[in-house]
Parts: sequence; C-alpha cells; structure tokens
Amino acid sequence: MAVLQMQRINICTLKKNRKPLLELLQRKGVIEINDDIPEDNVFHKMDMSSAEGMLIKNISLANDALDLLHKYAKDNTSLLSVLEGRKEISLADYEGFRDVYEDTLSMVREIHKKEKQIADANADILKADAGIEALNPWLSLDVPFQCKGTRHTAVLIGTLANEWTKEQLEEQLDGFGAVHIEVISATKDQTCVFLLCLKEEADAVTEKLREVSFTMKTSHNNRIPREEEQELLQQKKEALECIETAKEYIVSCASKKDSIQFLADYERMRSDKYHVIGKLVQSNKAMILTGYIPEEYAGEISELIQNRFDAVVELIETKEEEDVPVYLKNNGFSAPLESTVEGFSLPGKGETDPTFIMSLFYYMLFGLMLSDAAYGLIMVLGCGIALAKFKNMEPTIKKTLKMYLYCGISTVFWGVMFGSYFGDVVDVVSENFFGNKVSIPALWFVPVNEPMRMLVFSMLLGVIHLYAGLAMKFYQNVKAKQYLDAVYDVVLWYILLTSCILLLLSTEMFTGIVGLSFILPSVVGKLAGIAAVLSALGILFTAGRESRNPLKRFLKGLYGLYGISGYLSDVLSYSRLLALGLATGVICTVINKMGAMAGNGVVGVFVFTLVFIFGHSLNIGINALGAYVHTNRLQYVEFFGKFYEGGGRKFNPFSAKTKYYKIKENTNHG
Amino acid sequence: MDNLGIVLALTGAVLAALLAGIGSAKGVGMAGEAAAGVITEDPSKFSKVLILQLLPGTQGIYGLLIAFITLSQIGILGGDSNISVAKGALYLAACLPMAIVGYSSAIRQARASVASIGVVAKRPEQFGKAMIFPAMVETYAILALLISILAVIGIGGINF
Repeated sequence: MAVLQMQRINICTLKKNRKPLLELLQRKGVIEINDDIPEDNVFHKMDMSSAEGMLIKNISLANDALDLLHKYAKDNTSLLSVLEGRKEISLADYEGFRDVYEDTLSMVREIHKKEKQIADANADILKADAGIEALNPWLSLDVPFQCKGTRHTAVLIGTLANEWTKEQLEEQLDGFGAVHIEVISATKDQTCVFLLCLKEEADAVTEKLREVSFTMKTSHNNRIPREEEQELLQQKKEALECIETAKEYIVSCASKKDSIQFLADYERMRSDKYHVIGKLVQSNKAMILTGYIPEEYAGEISELIQNRFDAVVELIETKEEEDVPVYLKNNGFSAPLESTVEGFSLPGKGETDPTFIMSLFYYMLFGLMLSDAAYGLIMVLGCGIALAKFKNMEPTIKKTLKMYLYCGISTVFWGVMFGSYFGDVVDVVSENFFGNKVSIPALWFVPVNEPMRMLVFSMLLGVIHLYAGLAMKFYQNVKAKQYLDAVYDVVLWYILLTSCILLLLSTEMFTGIVGLSFILPSVVGKLAGIAAVLSALGILFTAGRESRNPLKRFLKGLYGLYGISGYLSDVLSYSRLLALGLATGVICTVINKMGAMAGNGVVGVFVFTLVFIFGHSLNIGINALGAYVHTNRLQYVEFFGKFYEGGGRKFNPFSAKTKYYKIKENTNHG
Repeated sequence: MDNLGIVLALTGAVLAALLAGIGSAKGVGMAGEAAAGVITEDPSKFSKVLILQLLPGTQGIYGLLIAFITLSQIGILGGDSNISVAKGALYLAACLPMAIVGYSSAIRQARASVASIGVVAKRPEQFGKAMIFPAMVETYAILALLISILAVIGIGGINF
C-alpha cells in the first residue's frame, strides 16, 4: 500500500566471484544497478560493448530462426497462448544448456544460411523464367544466335517491329542478289526473322532493314534456342530442388524449437549481464557493485551474498538528494491499478502512493458507466475463467485481467441497482415471444426514467471523489509537516466548498431544479453564506503567500480564488457517469427493439438471436472502452489534479528479462 | 399544417443522429488513417492506437441516443404522435446541442486523437497521458448530451 522504502546496497567482492554473483542477482531480480562510483587509478570500468553487441546479434539470429520456423513449419499456437506465460525450468537445466549451446548456435546460423539459399534460388528461378520467356518466339530456329554465316554468306538474325510476312520482306529487299528469308515467328508486335545474304551485301541489307526498324539479336550462347531452353529449365529444376532441401532442413529443426527459444533467452540474459559488467568499477582482483534495493529484500539478499561469497555488503539509507527509483506494492485488490497510476506518473519525492484510494473509486466509477448486470457478468466470467485456467500467466496480464474482473463485479452490482440486464431484454423477450411482459425491477431506480436523480447522484459522487483528493493533499502536507499549508490549501477549500453546497441546498430554485424532497432552513443558508465569505477571504489572502510583493500577492490570491470555477467544472464533469450509463442502456434498448421487429415466429427468433449477439457484443466493446477511458480521465484529471504530481522513476531491477522461459530458484521475486 | 409539430420534432431527432454521426464518421476515419500508419511500422501497437481511434466515435452514439429518446417521446415508435407545433419546435431546439456540438467536437477530438496516436508511435509508454487529451474534448459533447437529454425528457411534461 505504498511506495517501498529503498536502500542503497554496495557489494565489494573478489573478481573471481563476478559471474556467479551477477547470475545470482539476475535471477533474484531485486537490485537496480547503477554506475555512480567514479573511476580512479585503481578501479576502472571495462568496455563490454563489443561482447554485448555480439550477443545481441545472436539474439536477433535466434529470433529470425524462430520466425522462419513459424513460416515454414506452422505450429498450432492458439490466441490464448499469450495467457499461458513463460515455462519454468530449473536452475540445473539452465546450467545444462551450456553443453548444447554451440550446437544450437550453429543450427541457428545454418537456418539463417538456408534462408539465404532459398532467397537466392528464388531469384534464379525468376531469372530462368525470364530467359525462357524471351526464348519462346525463337524456338523453331535451328542455328545458334551467335552464327555469323559461311565464307561467302552472312547470317542476320533479329526482330522487326510489327507483323511481317515472307513476301512483304522479299518486296522490301527487292534488288539485292541472293537473299534467303525465313520468318521464325510473327506476332502483331514483333516478327522474328532469319536472313541469309551475300557477305558483301550484308551491310546494305542491314541498312535497308533498319528502315523498317530491324534489331539484331545478340546472345552469348552458342547453342540453338531449344537446347538453351532445356538448359534454363534444368537450372530452374535445380533451384526448386535446392529450395525444397533448404525448407526440409528448416522444418526438421522445428523439433529443436525449444532450444532455439532458450538460446534467445540465454543470450538475452548474458547480454544484460555484460551490460552490467560494463557499469562496474573493477581493479585487478576486486570489483564494486552499487545499486538500489527495496528494504524488505535487503536483509535476505545481503545475508545470501555473504554466505555464498567472500564479499562485503553494505546497506545505506538513501539520501534526500538522490534520485531513488520507485517501486509500488499494494494489496491484491488495488495492485491491478498500479499500472494505471504508472500510466499517469509514478509518485514523485514525498508523494504518497495513491493506488489504494484510487482503486476504491476506480472500480465504482467503471461499474457506474457500464452499469449492465449481464455485461458485467460476461466480464467476470471471461476474466475469472482465464485467471483460473492459466495459473502461470505473466504478472502484467494477470493484473489487467484482475482489474477487469473487479470492474466487472462492480458493473454487475450497479446493473442490478439500476435494473439493466442486456438493457430491457427480459421485457422484450417476454412480451414478444411469450405474450406477457415480465420485468426485473431495479433495486434502486432506472436512470433512463429519472435522469435528474442520476445526475444528482453522479455529482454527489464527484464531490466525494474530489473531497477524497483534497484529503490526500491534507495527508501529504501533514506528513511533510507543512501544517499551515494543509490549513490554507485544504481546510479553507473544504469550508468554502461545503458552505457553497449548503447555500445551494437552502435555495428553493436549486432544490426545485434537481428535484430534492427537502430544503435546508434559511438560517443554515445564512450561516453557510458567512462561512463561504470568510473562507473565500482566507483563500484570497493565503493563496499567494509565497510572493512578498503585496500587489502580486493579492493578484495571486484572486487567481487562487478563481479556482472555484475549476471545482464547478470538475463536479459537472461527473455528469459523464450519467451520459455513459444512459448510452449503454439506450443502445441496449435499440438493439433489443430492432431484434424484436421481425415478429415472434421462427424467423423472428432467428433474427432476434442474430441481432442480439451481434449488437450486444458491439455494445459491450464500445461501452467498456468508453467506461475505461472516462474512468481514467476522472482519475487523472479531476482526482489527481487535486493532489498528485508524480514524476518518480520506475524501479528497473537487473533481472532475467526472458521471453520464453523463467528460471526457478528456491525463492523468486521475479 | 396541423402536422407541422411532428415534422419539426422528427427533424430535430434526425439532425442529432445525422450531424453527430457525420462528425464521428469523419473523426474515426481521420484517426484511423493515422493509426494505420503506425501499424505499418509497428503492428504491436494495434490495441493502443485502436483505442485512440475509437475515441471520437462516441459522439455518434450520443446522437443516436438523443434521436432514439426523442423518437420514443414523440410517439414515432408507437403511441400518440399528435403534438403541437410549439412542442415540435421545442424538441427541435432540444436536439440542437447534441447535433451541433456533437459534430464539431467529434472532429476536434479526432485531431487530438491523431496527435495522441503520434505520441504512441514514438513513446508508447506515455499511452495513459496520450489518451487523456482526446478525452478532454469529449467533455463538451457530454455536456451537450446532458442538456439535450434533460430538455427532451423535460418537454414531455409541459402542457400546451
């Protein structure tokens, strides 16, 4: 229920203990190591970046290999597998991995090589296909393209634009001595021709042909086109075979997937370790490590280290000016909301952890906004079953599911209070399909019928929430022994706000608008008025107390008093409880009404079921999202705005940040 | 001209659904384009940008809500649809806050959403704060909704 007290821990030991010590600390994961100790003549830092870089390369190799395995050897991982969490393995298994480390690494490299082969082969296939395509019109040519002719004749092989017949060409070349023309193939776009002419006329013939856009066919291949095609087909076949064998190899590695996953984790842990080594100051024989440790683990860890190694462990209280990391610890009910607090900002110096107080309101506000018993039940069942079924899930997912579980419980509660079960589905179904209308009465009241009552209730909750925020500020001021601040900034505001509310409650106009059945006697109103004026004066003179200049002080005081408008808008902001609650209810009604439009026959039941399932799943999604966003907003803006600034740095311990496995030791604080 | 009352009232209901719906459609579309851009770079941010994309969508729902309450109040969904011209005009006026504020706040909220999607693209850990900026805009849609609801329900009790 608080920000854990941190201590600085200094460990000095012999260098030969470096590896086992760091591995122990990594598995324990409770120390944030930093590099505050400066280098001197004896103690130096080591540059580990190249070793770290190599390990990071191995990690990416392993991850690539896993991607390839996934691509070629599909395994059936369901969507729910994210809930399963990391597998646990024993310390002995972890140590044993060293024996297969080299084999696994070379397998990963081999997979990488095979993938490159596949890519190359694919490129070869494309090239061969292009070659075959280009050869296609020439297949009936029975001399190679390189053929130049005989002693007295010259061979011209090439293409002409557009379609030509033998006769047309003869006509074009009319006037030359002996020209033999063969049309190899002709299409609308191009004509492939083989010409044989006298050597001395070759240039003139070529010139004549150029007029009708003749291009010579050039090639390095000294085989006839049909043989060349065979050759390309053979190349293609070989490439395909190469791909097949490469794929087979990769698929055959699928059974070793566990080792590859382990390799990725193993290298991740090693690279983190090297990163830490780079931060340590070391002499020839000794090393010093410094960092932060939560107080509650400090004793245990220092004892463990001193028993296992020849080491000196020193625990020091943190100093005021240090940038101490923040680690929150709460009970099971509030802990799921730690990440919500973190989403805003962790508590800064001297601030209290707001998680517990916030959690009380958080679940309630969420429930009020969704406010449908059936929707709540769906959330409770979904999260409850997942939590019960997957015991080993990761802490962050577990916390999220728990948060929605509690939100769901609250939603059921408010749904019952407001009589909403899939909106008015009970009424609609009973009236439409069974003929007589049955409705489940609301335990309290139905907001759609009495929106004003709901609005007043929302604002009342808002006032309570804001008062709680002010109370937190009071607590923080008192804790920091700033008693005068507590009076000026909190007590005066309490008096002012409360007397304003009392004043409103004693006027007939206000009680008339909100439909209250009682009105406070006017004497209370008068007293409240006096209290309001006095407290307002108090704020006017104290809000600017840090300025010495009287004019500046007065103006700052005025500005402080202007803050009352902020309170007004804060309270109005809680009207979103009404708006979002009504939105859920009314859309439910719309869905049910639409479903019931098809009548009560077989078709009617079918249509109703369809509309019901589709409509309500959409509605629960949109409204749960809305409830989540606006609950956060009320906490962050209205509630935190009263007392909380944040700015703390998250505790980031040196730990095993693995993806697939977690190593089990006797005690684990992961 | 006896039926002008119901015509005016229905116009109000339709305007609430129309304008707020158009605003939300534009807004969610804008935010969706930005969100899709982020996904091309980093698909793992899908759930975060999806939430931000959906934020400007609520105005359309509020518009629907007002339209639906109005329709049931004026008897279009069954019941007595005989209302006076003055009452019809009142319904029209009551629907306007939701229609107009819904339209423009959805678009403004979408712009805040697009900016927040940019925040998430660069600094995903700041999602909690990024979510609040668009949610601030929504306050005004909620206030308009509040007035429209109170007015629409209140008109039913007036006799003339």
